[in-house]
Formats: sequence, C-alpha cells, structure tokens
Amino acid sequence: MHQQTSWNKNRAVEIIRVHLGKPGATLPMLHAVQEAFGCIPEAALPMIADALNITRAEVHGIVTFYHDFRAEPPGRHVLKVCRAEACQSMGGEALAEHVLSKLGVDWGKTTKNGTVTVEPIYCLGLCACAPSVQWDGQPIGRATPAKLDRLIDEAVS
Amino acid sequence: MTLRIFVPRDSGARAVGADQVARAIAIAARTQGVAPEIIRTGSRGLYWLEPLVEVELAGVRHAFGPVTAEDAPILVRSLTQDAVHPLALGPIDETPYLKRQTRLTFARCGVINPLSLDDYRAHGGFTGLENAQSLVPERIVEAVVESGLRGRGGAGFPTGIKWRTVAATVAPQKYIVCNADEGDSGTFADRMIMEGDPFMLIEGMIISGWAVGATRGYIYIRSEYPDAIATMNAAVTLARNAGYLGPRFDMDVRVGAGAYVCGEETALLESLEGKRGVVRAKPPLPAYHGLFGAPTVVNNVLTLAAVPFILSEGAQAYANFGLGRSRGTMPIQLAGNVRRPGLFETGFGITLGELVDDIGGGAASGRPVRAVQVGGPLGAYFPRALFNTPFDYEAFSACDGLIGHGGIVVFDDTVDMAKQARFAMEFCAIESCGKCTPCRIGSTRGAEVIDRIRNGEDRSSNLKLVTELCETMKLGSLCALGGFTPYPVMSAITHFPEDFGSGPSQIAAE
Repeated sequence: MHQQTSWNKNRAVEIIRVHLGKPGATLPMLHAVQEAFGCIPEAALPMIADALNITRAEVHGIVTFYHDFRAEPPGRHVLKVCRAEACQSMGGEALAEHVLSKLGVDWGKTTKNGTVTVEPIYCLGLCACAPSVQWDGQPIGRATPAKLDRLIDEAVS
Repeated sequence: MTLRIFVPRDSGARAVGADQVARAIAIAARTQGVAPEIIRTGSRGLYWLEPLVEVELAGVRHAFGPVTAEDAPILVRSLTQDAVHPLALGPIDETPYLKRQTRLTFARCGVINPLSLDDYRAHGGFTGLENAQSLVPERIVEAVVESGLRGRGGAGFPTGIKWRTVAATVAPQKYIVCNADEGDSGTFADRMIMEGDPFMLIEGMIISGWAVGATRGYIYIRSEYPDAIATMNAAVTLARNAGYLGPRFDMDVRVGAGAYVCGEETALLESLEGKRGVVRAKPPLPAYHGLFGAPTVVNNVLTLAAVPFILSEGAQAYANFGLGRSRGTMPIQLAGNVRRPGLFETGFGITLGELVDDIGGGAASGRPVRAVQVGGPLGAYFPRALFNTPFDYEAFSACDGLIGHGGIVVFDDTVDMAKQARFAMEFCAIESCGKCTPCRIGSTRGAEVIDRIRNGEDRSSNLKLVTELCETMKLGSLCALGGFTPYPVMSAITHFPEDFGSGPSQIAAE
C-alpha cells in the first residue's frame, strides 16, 4: 500500500537539500520526491531546477524521459504487469488482458475508486517463474488470473 | 546440534511464496518443539523447484521442493522422525542440474547468507582481494587480460584490454561503474548475484578500482529490482563498516528509473550524471571520457563478479574453461516456457539444443519447442534447425545472432513469430532514447509495416520494405537498441517465413 502525503513545500525543500550534494543528484532527488508524494508534482519542478541550476524545461525533459516518474499520484495499490518476452511465452498477454478488463482500466490508469493503478513493466527478472507481476513492490511469480483476482478482491474489499 | 534450515530470500523464490514457507517452517518447528536455525540464502537457480528448502543432515544439505507453506508441518515432522518426505530431492549437490554445471561465479549463490561477511569469508570470499593486495596494479590488469574474460553484458569486449586503457589514462579522478541495469527479458543472473552474493560484486569492484587507479564506484541498478537494491545497499554499508570500503575505494548504489536504454553504457553514464538517458556517440570511449568526463571502467555485474575468482584461483584456472576466444564460464539463464527454468553456469561450447531440450527439459507446456530467443529483446530467434549452434560469442554471431547477457527464452509451437517480430519493433519504439532517427522513427514505422504484413496487405513488397528498414536501423543507429532490433525481426522473418504468410522460397527470391 502506498503512503503518500499531499504536497508540502517544506518537505520538498528538505528532500532536495538532502540530495543536492551528491554527484549527479537528479535521479536520487526525483526518486525521493516521488517516494514522498507518489508522483513528481508540478510545483516541485521549478524548485528542482533552481537547486540543480538547470532550466525547468530540462527538468521536465528528464522527468518525462524515464518511465518510472508519474505526473499524477497512483491509486492505493500499484500493480505492475510484465509484458516482456519471457512472460509472453507463458501467457502473460492473456493475463494482462484479464487484469485490465477485470479492473476496467487501460495501461497506466487507475480504477475509478482509486484502488489500483496498473502499469506495464518490461521485465522484473522473474523470467524463470513467468508470468510475473509486482504488487506494491512485492514480486509475484507463476501468476494466474485466479491468483491476481484474489489480490485485487482483497484490496477492493 | 541445531538443525539448520535454508530458505531462499531471492525475489524469484519470494515470488512463489518463500517468505510464507520460512514463516510456516518456524511456526511448525515451534509447535513440534524444535528450534531450528532458519537461514535465508540466495537462490540456487533451480527455479522450477522454488521455494526450494534445504536442510542440513549430518553435514550434508538435502533439498526439498517445491515447498508450500502447507507442506511445512509434515516437512518438519519428517526431519525429526527421520522419515522420507515426498518432496525430498536428496543432497542438493547431487542433483543433476547442479552437478552438470561449472559454478565459478555462482559457487556461493544459494549457499550462504548473502549479508554475512563471515559466511562470505568462510566460503573463500576476499581471497582474490587479498591476493590483489600484494600485486602491483599492472599485474592485476594482466591477470584479467590473461584470463580471457570478456564483457558479460553482451558486447563481449575483452575486459582486461578495457582496464588497461583506463589504467594507462592519467587523470585526477577515475571511476568504476557497474552496469546492473539488467533489462533483457529472460535474464536474471545479475539479480541473483546482487541478492545472493553481493560481497563478490563489491570485491570485484574494489579489485577493479585498485587495478586502474579509480577511487570511486557506482552500481547502477534498475528500479525494477527492489530486492537487489536493498541487498546491495545493505552489503555496501556492511563492507564499509568492516573497512573494505573507504578512502582507497568507495562506492554507492544508484537506482535507474525504468529506461531500458540505460543498460547501454553511455546512456547509463548520462543517467548517472543526472540527465536524460540519451546515448553518446563513441568515440570518445568511456575508458577515456566516461562518467563526469573522467576515465571510467563500465562493466556488467557478471564481468566484475568473475574477477575475484580470477585473482584467487589464477587467470589460467579461469581460462581453462571455454572454447576458442570465449574463455571461462557463462552463467546461462533458461527462462520462459521451459520445464526446468533457471541458472546454468557452464564453460562456453555447450550447444543450444543441449541447453533447451536436455537441461531445460523442453517446453513447460509439454508442447514442442518452436523457437528460442537468445540474448534478450535484441537477440535473434533461433529455430530448432540451429540448435546445434555452440554457445560461444563467435558461433552465435556467425548465425546472425548474439549470446548477449546469456538469456534464453523458450517458446512452444503456439508462438506467432510475426507477432514477436512486431513486439521487437514496438519495444524499440517504447524504449528508444530518440537520438537516432532510424531507431526513433524506424521502430514505429517497422511495427506498422509488420501490421500490414500480418493483415495480408501486399506482403511481398512490405517484407522487402521491412528488410530495408532493418538494414537502415542496423547501419544508422549509434547503439544496440536501434542497431540490434533487426536481429529478432529478421531472424523471425528468415527462419519462420510461414508466419509471415509466405513460403520460404518467396523470401529467398527476394
């Protein structure tokens, strides 16, 4: 389950300060911001730009380059479903279709009630127990529709 | 004597319930009045048997698997009553899958507690580092040259030569960067090492730093590997507190952000510097102008992990394994639709067919194996007709393929190869850094053209078009993403023309 707090400028200032001294601080900083707020809030961009002495456009460019960084906070649970070849060979595509239709969402979207966000991922390194997914950071292998239904139903209830 | 029970903490084992099994064993033991020591290890890499529990009986580790939490009470009872449990597999070292391997890099993985420095030292850890201590840097570099070790990330460049270049470049600051952005589907060997034997990687990086005169190192781990990140971070702290890391060489873990292209070394360096992971043109090589413009060794996890063995057992001991110019061992990863998926470390030269049919046991679905993709999403698809190809850098490249990072993904006869070719283009479009036009735009156009072929629109001219497009991507892309996407696409077209709606003769005529 994701613990996110709403936007808090002082918190953001503190996160930026902690990471600023590191060589190549951008990614550690962005990860920490997303960890705290569930996404990279628009309001954080000029602050990061100032701290790193780069333009807002550059920060925007970096944030949007990497698949991990979100513009909006996710639902209470994040389900990442592997779409890469090893999982494809074990029926991963059918599994993904099942999950998307059960939740009634498209890739990257959150269910209307804000419970689950489904994101595509290209390989979790669990290729020897495919198909695999990641549920709130926890690995799940030999995934079946029934196994994922149980997880989702528990989360919804 | 305390009963010792080993349960993996590897994320592949956790993915199929290892945590629940460890808990259930502890509860069952308490209920039955035994107090075993439960040790969490890495994985042995016999994934179809995970969760694989090992129990030490008279000094020999016996395997049980796959164990579920429900099996725990009876498993514990069978141990105290000396009965044979139905999941008993006998002594782990005698299992054929392990017995046929040559485990140099994976000797300790699954055996030790990954975060115990005592365990690591008790199993030969830091011997290479101690030996390196008494050598001048040039001798360390030459040992790696003599071992014949080549980059295990995929490119296969001789590691010692790279080190020699960095060592010879004079600069106030040099870096060791470990590429742990293991993004290829079908590969998990880096992950296993980081989760199962992290000190070996740290030892390899320290030796590398001493050899080339670098005092700083970074491990760039992909964000898709939270367990590996946590274990490596903990191991780095332990190694620092024990004095292995310090002013002479220190290192940090950095986390990627979901960009596959950052597995390419120059994109990785850009990302480490805090920028978009856009590929750099080479030259200058990172060995001269790498991280923050300083001379940098960029090596894969498996490359650096092979170094402690070379320094402890000698270059010749490593070079004695292998074939031709591919020396040493390769940790091969069997994945996807295969009966016995897992980690198989062996000297180069074993054939693809032996790996897939004999060791892997064919498809998990029980259907015939139709195709295997070797070397990740940028690797070629091989038909059964090429199963006699020996696993070796040169032999694979002679078949228009690559061994890459050693991953083999098995597909049964339900696979649609035109769909796989389309996916290769689609993946390239999603992950392209955007620098080179053939990769950035060609991949999207490629997916569209393959769609037309699959829809039966003007097949022969569209096949010709996709072939030409692949040629352009190959020649006009700076890195392997755009440059190698043609491998899966063209191998699918060449070896499985029937899936593209035409007979072999029609393709050959073009």
